[in-house]
Amino acid sequence: MGPAKSVVMALTHDVQPVGLADWAAACAQALAAGERLLTLFGRREGDEGVLTTAVFVRSEASDRDESRLNVLRGRGRRGDAFASLTATYPAAQMFERELWEQTGLQPTGHPWLKPVRFEGARQQHMTDYPFFSVRGQDVHEVGVGPIHASVIEPGHFRFMCHGEQVHHLEIQLGYQHRGVEALLLQRPAAALGSLVESIAGDSSIAYAWGYCAALEALAGVTVGFEAERVRGVALELERVAMHLAGLTGLATDIAFLQGGATYGRLRTAIINAIMRVCGSRFGRGWLRPGGVRFGLTPGLRHDLLTTLAAFSKDIGQVNELMLGARSVRSRFQGVGTVSRQAAQELGLVGLAARASGVVFDTRASLPGRLYATHPVDVLHEDSGDCWARLKLRMREIDESVRWIREVLEAPQGELAQGNLVPLGPLWPDTLCVSVREGFRGPVVQALETAADGSLLHYKVQDPSLPNWFGLALAVRNNEISDFPICNKSFDLSYCGNDL
Amino acid sequence: MFKSIAVRVSQGSQFIPDPRQASPTGFRGRPLIGAADCATDCAACVAACPTAAITLNPVAIDLGRCVLCGDCEPACPSARISFGNDVCMAATDRHKLTVSQSRPELDPIKVNEALRQRFGRSLKLRSVSAGGCNGCELEVNALTNVNFDIGRYGIDIVASPRHADGLVLTGPITRNMAQALQLCWDGMPEPKLVIAVGACAISGSPFEGSSAIDRSFLGRFAPTLYVPGCPPHPLTFVRGVLDLLGIAG
Repeated sequence: MGPAKSVVMALTHDVQPVGLADWAAACAQALAAGERLLTLFGRREGDEGVLTTAVFVRSEASDRDESRLNVLRGRGRRGDAFASLTATYPAAQMFERELWEQTGLQPTGHPWLKPVRFEGARQQHMTDYPFFSVRGQDVHEVGVGPIHASVIEPGHFRFMCHGEQVHHLEIQLGYQHRGVEALLLQRPAAALGSLVESIAGDSSIAYAWGYCAALEALAGVTVGFEAERVRGVALELERVAMHLAGLTGLATDIAFLQGGATYGRLRTAIINAIMRVCGSRFGRGWLRPGGVRFGLTPGLRHDLLTTLAAFSKDIGQVNELMLGARSVRSRFQGVGTVSRQAAQELGLVGLAARASGVVFDTRASLPGRLYATHPVDVLHEDSGDCWARLKLRMREIDESVRWIREVLEAPQGELAQGNLVPLGPLWPDTLCVSVREGFRGPVVQALETAADGSLLHYKVQDPSLPNWFGLALAVRNNEISDFPICNKSFDLSYCGNDL
Repeated sequence: MFKSIAVRVSQGSQFIPDPRQASPTGFRGRPLIGAADCATDCAACVAACPTAAITLNPVAIDLGRCVLCGDCEPACPSARISFGNDVCMAATDRHKLTVSQSRPELDPIKVNEALRQRFGRSLKLRSVSAGGCNGCELEVNALTNVNFDIGRYGIDIVASPRHADGLVLTGPITRNMAQALQLCWDGMPEPKLVIAVGACAISGSPFEGSSAIDRSFLGRFAPTLYVPGCPPHPLTFVRGVLDLLGIAG
């Protein structure tokens, strides 16, 4: 038995769906046993049928074999009700809302069944669903968006305030809904690279890797270790680049302009290095099913190492400047705090969770061959505030740079392979779930094939989906003026949520 | 204080002195179509293209649809398609975004005299993302960083539509954003222009055919400038705008 893989495959007739009530009960049981809910979704089956799927990560204690992912399936009919998990396990709240919106199943007892993204018949009816309202003296509401002041994706934020204090923030998304999941079924499975890279375009590499891994597993193809290592380098470069974008925003939002200018140009250095390898500053076209289109030749390896050496020196310097400034500390410390308990109960993932002391990183819990050979140090902070998320971004950049260097300098193994292993037909009647730890957290993609091997369902889940509620919680009891730094410190995806 | 000076010294001078001379190493930019003959009945490039940007007889690539992924390059058995690092891909006419062997380069952008007079020294832009994946948004943001620094040409991104002369549109225009986009446009004072940034904004490209897209806005207000790419290189944007407004480098 090797290390736990980040891809799980199951023949759909081996995971027989149970009745909806039994499925919900089994999900509750898994959650009670301490398993972590990775995703929960449904798909239509015929006109009225609905097939539900929940995927859990088993806890460390039960780590016996490669299958740390636990898949539970249920079957019901449109309009059927089941006992909502959310009341006991708030981590399920977003998934159940999405399930209800996409399939019409009714999670009875869900406290807030609001559409996640106003898709299908609900498009352009975004004002139909009532917002929360707060009444009383000195109470007022402030609505912001969908269009915001800076160059940023759209979303609506409604603050319910008592005087200066925010009681609650209601986040309404859906403006970015492009119908991605439907489009993914309209083209041949092997030709989805570009579209997948545009689902959340700042996480192109994480998405492309998850898609490639799923397709390769479904086609029974194993790519060479050298290609895996190149993919790993690509993903960490993306993490560094996007954490730098986050740091630029955080510095700019508190008018720490020298930080903003410096992180901005450091990001340019990283994404230009990505471009010299694969032609795109965002890594578009780098990864494709069957391997990588661009290997790391000795020349490019040297180029990356030189770039990173200069980068490390400069970022250390500006991090020290920023962390040492009293004005920066006083602006970030104690602002936008999410407690560890709240992060855990809400099922927050990725950096947002780790900044609140939840040590969970799928590169460590589902390492596969790559991260078993080259382990990642999973970092966390405990204070859960904007300061923690700022510091963790800096520390994760350092760790990614260390990891990339380790891989690039490893004496064994070629990295120059730029050819693709041809993929044959996909396994029929198979469900494949792949997970990749992008810069925000785990990107989950679940592909199911039909009897003829064509794609029957393609479920996409961005780490932002569960994390947006964390932002709402972070802003409570802060002021509206704290919102920009809270928002930037989470740095979540709008289109990743809206699909 | 000393730390700040040290960071400033390391920062050095980062701006690109003349964007018209800049040539980004490794960028997969304007496609080049070679002279070799296509194999009989071959349509491998068309099949490989995820956005239906390629047409045959003769082979031509519509940069308004192309996402510059490069998937066509290895697919072509006659090795007719390759990519150079040219960023000059902006155009003022949607129908003139196509390159072929006989027309390898786009027409140079002519200075628009009326726009030059009005906005040549100050152009304020309001960005609206209507389904953009954050790729174009990050590159539009990069326009104002210390490398590209469009502020030196009097070009700025502003917060309020009331202050804006131009709308920078990114994304394929989702139905859920159609109304907000229109409201923003209506809030901008005349005279005003639209700059369509990225393959999604120009043609809908990878999202074309989705029932969640409503592109009627562009039917009513045709862009003055098209900036291709996925996402476009900031230099494609900078050069397009400098040329359109006749701004010296």
